[in-house]
Amino acid sequence: MSITTLPQISAKRRRTDKVMRGSLVAGTVIALIPLILIIFYLLQKGLSTWSRSFFTTDPTGSFFGNPGGIRSAILGSLEIVALATIISIPIGIGVALYLTEYGKQSWFANTVRYFVDVMTGVPSIMFGLFIYIVLVTAHVGGVGFAAWKGAIALALLMLPIVVRSAEVVLLVVPSSLREAALALGAPRWRVVFRVVLPTAASGLVTGSLLAVARGMGETAPLLFTVSTAFGLTFNLSHQMNTMPFLIYNYIQSPRAVIQGLAWGAALTLVVIVLILNIIARAIAGRSRMT
Amino acid sequence: MEASATTVTGGRSVLERSPVARLPDRVLKWGLSALAAAILILIGYFFVRLLDESHGVFTKYGLSFVFGNNWDVSANIYHGAALLFGTIVTSAIALIIGVPVAVASALFISELCPRRARGPLSILVDLLAAVPSVVYGLWGVFVLCPHLLPAEKWFARTFSFIPWIGGGIPQLYNYFIAGLILAIMILPIVSAISREVIATVPPENKEAALALGATRWEMIRMTVLPYSRPGITGGAMLGLGRALGETIAVVLVIGAAPVIGHHLFSQGYSLAAVIANEFGEATGIHTSALFAAGTVLFVLTLIVNVIARWFVSRGAHGTRGTGATGMTIASAPAAEK
Repeated sequence: MSITTLPQISAKRRRTDKVMRGSLVAGTVIALIPLILIIFYLLQKGLSTWSRSFFTTDPTGSFFGNPGGIRSAILGSLEIVALATIISIPIGIGVALYLTEYGKQSWFANTVRYFVDVMTGVPSIMFGLFIYIVLVTAHVGGVGFAAWKGAIALALLMLPIVVRSAEVVLLVVPSSLREAALALGAPRWRVVFRVVLPTAASGLVTGSLLAVARGMGETAPLLFTVSTAFGLTFNLSHQMNTMPFLIYNYIQSPRAVIQGLAWGAALTLVVIVLILNIIARAIAGRSRMT
Repeated sequence: MEASATTVTGGRSVLERSPVARLPDRVLKWGLSALAAAILILIGYFFVRLLDESHGVFTKYGLSFVFGNNWDVSANIYHGAALLFGTIVTSAIALIIGVPVAVASALFISELCPRRARGPLSILVDLLAAVPSVVYGLWGVFVLCPHLLPAEKWFARTFSFIPWIGGGIPQLYNYFIAGLILAIMILPIVSAISREVIATVPPENKEAALALGATRWEMIRMTVLPYSRPGITGGAMLGLGRALGETIAVVLVIGAAPVIGHHLFSQGYSLAAVIANEFGEATGIHTSALFAAGTVLFVLTLIVNVIARWFVSRGAHGTRGTGATGMTIASAPAAEK
């Protein structure tokens, strides 16, 4: 502030400074408006649909009668994302370990890095198309649409996120720790499992949770792989109901009650994703302090 | 393992591990390498299969699939210029609206706002990235579209002298709404990358500018912006990549009309939206045409992403001189998703 009040600064420069500062503030405010509006409308329109039966009954699919709740969608989403997580996290962390511990700056490692980056930029719908071509039309496993195929599509989508975040975290593990363990005679795999991974654990969890949160909200890949169902199922070879898909369908319904349920489901979905994000950030914040 | 290391057989030194003890090391190394290689193979396989599935359409229509303007499902004719047009127009709108706001917020958060507000503000902007795209679609359909329609009508009437922007009668679902929602969706990624890049500006440069009597804004204009321009450009390009491929939010608010709109507020279609929307009832050549649309989209996003990476890494190379920083900057926003 003291700089702007120096006497030799001309009025014109002061004015420009003020105007530009003002526009930067305005930009920030504008950036936050959509967030506030979305949260406001989600609460206003979604909260009223929340009830016991909303969470404990399945959608009926009946157009005129009671549309039911969203239980099968919540559980279906959780099932598919859990499977996607089981697939993508070990592979993702494995690739990141290769990049930091073995490949380093080699030609091959840089190629892998580059293509993982490319994968982050691939639109989510493309992963759905890929799985559709490879697994759904080929009727792999004797069925067309199946929950596990959707899980693979989501896993592909999450994979680059896990790899990139894990690599950043693993790079931060001090090399003095690795060198100390190696000097004490520990073989490389022991160094990886006993020194590198535990040191980086909280960061790895953070990255993984953010990837899970991302997978949770994706609709497009599920469209081509899981399709949808009304009832609750735990059979991963069946079509399954999921939160994003249910919302997508309900938006297009002409019936106001069902549109209202879309808001309720959207609020539920956002709450789940936000909780995952908050946990991830809390873990990240804690590890930074220690 | 310790026991076997002390025995000397077969000309092995005491310090060397036995082949058995070295086995897990090799398994881990080659296992992880194979995993990394599998990713490359997967991407290659994907591209080959996609081309394979869509080549029927490409051989039938050739370049007119991309540049011809007639997408008529009932007549089984697939010229996708209208889709490409919609994708490019909505993404352009997203960049025009989203990037200035994102960069302004990044500059404010990293240069102007009190240090204590910096963390919370960046988290709030990042939260936009946590909202699923279907929720943006929901909000767009039921809140944004009806509420903005009067404003759009006023705008189109008032600025009717500007070709393509004004003049027409705004429809409920249109290019502008789709672009606006895309702008909101790319805002967090562009803002996050811009903040990362701005953070690499050496404090000496900024202090020097201030010491020479520059105002805050002059300091930003003369030191921060030139220094971080390549990185911000890269961030905007990554945002563009995201906007091009966004599906669900766009399909709900773009109007699903496979024509080249006559004005900003007319209905249209985009490549990703057509795939999501028509996929369910597509058979035969129609399916193939949708895969071809996917191929065009894939290539488009690929090109944009490659250019973006180049910009982002160039920005980072200029500042630190190591490849590793470029990687960190490029990956940071992805890690935040």
